[in-house]
Amino acid sequence: MTRFVLKGLACLGLVVSLGSGLATSASASGGGDEISRQHWTFGGLRGHFDRAQLQRGFQVYKEVCSTCHGMKRLSFRNLSEKGGPEFAEDGAKGLAETYKVSDGPNDQGKMFKRPGRLSDRIPSPFDNEQQARSANNGALPPDLSLMALARKVEVDHPFYTLPYHMIKDIVTGYQEGGPDYIYGVLMSYGENAPPYKDNGGHLAKMTEADAKANPAMPRCATVVSEPGQADVCNKMSEGMHYNEAFPGHQIAMPAPLRDGVVKYADGTPGTTENYARDVSAFQAWAADPKLEERKRLGLMAMLYLLGTTVLLYFAKRRIWSGVPH
Amino acid sequence: MSDHLSSYEPKNAFSKWMDSRLPVMRMMHGQFVDFPTPRNLNYMWTFGGILTFMLMVQIVSGLVLSMHYQASDADAFNSVEAIRRDVNYGWLLRNIHAVGASMFFFAVYLHMARGLYYGSYKAPREILWILGVIIFLLMMATGFMGYALVWGQMSFWGVTVITNLFSAIPLVGGAITKWLWGGYSVSGVTLNRFFSLHFLLPFVITGVVMLHIWALHVVGQNNPTGLDIKTKSDSVPMLPFAIMKDAFALAMFVLIYAWFIFFVPNYLGDADNYIEANPLSTPPHIVPEWYFLPFYAILRSIPSKLGGVVMMFGSIALLAFLPWLDTSNVRSAKYRPKFKWFLWAFFFSVIALGYLGGKPAEGSYVIWSRVFTAYYFIFFLVIMPVLGLIEKPLKLPNSIMDAVLGGGGPMAGSAAAAAPEKR
Ligand code: HEC
Ligand code: HEM
Repeated sequence: MTRFVLKGLACLGLVVSLGSGLATSASASGGGDEISRQHWTFGGLRGHFDRAQLQRGFQVYKEVCSTCHGMKRLSFRNLSEKGGPEFAEDGAKGLAETYKVSDGPNDQGKMFKRPGRLSDRIPSPFDNEQQARSANNGALPPDLSLMALARKVEVDHPFYTLPYHMIKDIVTGYQEGGPDYIYGVLMSYGENAPPYKDNGGHLAKMTEADAKANPAMPRCATVVSEPGQADVCNKMSEGMHYNEAFPGHQIAMPAPLRDGVVKYADGTPGTTENYARDVSAFQAWAADPKLEERKRLGLMAMLYLLGTTVLLYFAKRRIWSGVPH
Repeated sequence: MSDHLSSYEPKNAFSKWMDSRLPVMRMMHGQFVDFPTPRNLNYMWTFGGILTFMLMVQIVSGLVLSMHYQASDADAFNSVEAIRRDVNYGWLLRNIHAVGASMFFFAVYLHMARGLYYGSYKAPREILWILGVIIFLLMMATGFMGYALVWGQMSFWGVTVITNLFSAIPLVGGAITKWLWGGYSVSGVTLNRFFSLHFLLPFVITGVVMLHIWALHVVGQNNPTGLDIKTKSDSVPMLPFAIMKDAFALAMFVLIYAWFIFFVPNYLGDADNYIEANPLSTPPHIVPEWYFLPFYAILRSIPSKLGGVVMMFGSIALLAFLPWLDTSNVRSAKYRPKFKWFLWAFFFSVIALGYLGGKPAEGSYVIWSRVFTAYYFIFFLVIMPVLGLIEKPLKLPNSIMDAVLGGGGPMAGSAAAAAPEKR
């Protein structure tokens, strides 16, 4: 009987994951195999945010990213709410007051600017898409409030290992594809696209040293190879930046982070890597502010359900014992 | 079953008074307490109860969600975010409903696979089966329109792709598509009517489920042997036996459901649907929810648009004709040594089509989609009718009780007598 139950559970799990994994493998946003999984405090079943990290992440957002990106779904009050960076309420209030927020119309029918309040949304840097594009070479810096859920790392597993990866991700509760991707993009800038050498229609990747010796070598963001045809080199477009993690390897965003651009108050070294990690964690919270509550409640719910299931199992066994079936 | 009489006896004055006016308790008792269920049902028979549970979960969670949801192109996405962020336990409600849809489909696929394997569609269960197919179609419509309500990129483009299919219908296609959209493209008008229908359809499903269960209780449940209940010893009363087993299976199911709700709520969804709908930017790969993928693969495997649409809808409509396509008079695949393997190959094809439906429609993916699509139709249209005529089934046991006791030796009678039957 127990064997049957276990078998049933295993089957159920397998089929769910099979079905669902198809959807995952189908989604196409995000980068490729170049992006590796990071360790996050909020990953896994007992995941929780590191307050100090979220606070640093907010600082990076405010001092660097917010010149181009908004986070319109966040209000100042969220910054002091439980489960987030948990700034002291005064701190969040003071912070809000440093922003100018448009309000109105007033008694004279005029719009006016006033200092921000806790209930205000964090203002976006541009008034509209057109303004944002004209300030960014025609590219649109997307709002970052949901970025950590709107991207995934997509790895093209062969179909026969797919069920294994799906089950592994489900069982370990892996949901951090978004922050992995953002971190990947921020850390994967290159000076230039890699040089290639044309070997009779086949483009072979070369090193920078080779390129120095032969400056005429073409540099390709990506290479398209079709069987029976000469490889095609996609050169970098004007104003684009080479990035290994971004799909197509050309991104309109210039590398935003450099060692030392942000002064951390808590003694954490001001390295690009730390900035990238912290600002990714901050976005993970911004996209899923109820993550801690969810996981905490989840553990209790699972325990309760597990208990119920075990009780029902024994009740069922008792009732059916002596009844051939 | 229809000739089964309820052993209900009203106990107090009120229930006696009630029983002679509206014998609803008598009916419930007869259908859900002492109703005879085959004693040999396995866990594949627990999905009917699980589906009923999921239908209720979807209705209740959906009702509360709709109190906070705004069906307009400007507000829909924002209102979903407000539910996730600002409504008390809104994140939980939304996860329950979104993951619930997937679990609902997961259960219905197993429920249907059970029906195929044990021949539950054959006489006298044709109407029961056809009602099931109708429920399945209604579920698909509901799921599709529900996914649209989020008004993310995948919602919008999924609706665009699928509603565009109707334009393939000759002569009237264009008019039908405009009529569905309520305009010249997918817009807030479309969203609004989808919300209205998404609210309505689950109640229609509830009505058809009632008919489905009514039909079930007229003919009785099938079982792994496919034999009819012949004597009392073949069955056990529904309460506590079947109910207890259902309860245990439901608890296991909910355990998995809860895992998804709390720990991997976005595993089943598409990241692109966290980007607000933008009619000016088409995502590189438009894919439907996982439970539509096999049918999506069938659609795309046909080079002509109209042909694809016909095949896709045909693949589902075909199910309604199974009672007459299957010519074997043995119900359960357990006793059909050849059919069994063709059927497993069919299950494999559907899963393979699901995999292929999520891949870009190019190269070998298309070729394989065609192979599995071909098998899907050949299985129903050729293998089922022909095999039923030529296959030599295994020897069937004499009765359900015999099968349970392993072939029915002299022991059969005594064990049956020892079984603690209530009546
Ligand atoms: C100079 C303006 C600018 C700054 C500063 C900037 N970005 Fe961007 N960012 C952009 C633009 C423009 C895009 C659009 C890129 C594209 O579509 O090619 C973008 C895109 C992105 C994306 C989306 C990539 C994708 O997959 O579509 C992320 C994530 C991102 N930025 C994060 C950040 C973070 C984090 C910071 C702060 C550390 C930051 N950006 C600072 C301009 C900027
Ligand atoms: C909302 C969806 C559905 C609900 C709530 C539902 C509910 C039920 C319930 C409660 C039972 C009895 C328990 C059992 O035997 O499992 C049942 C039996 C059955 N259902 Fe469904 N069902 C649904 C969809 C379907 C679909 C889509 C099909 C097939 C296309 C189907 C085919 C059948 C058949 C053939 C039986 C008889 C089973 C047997 O005795 O072998 N059902 N259903």
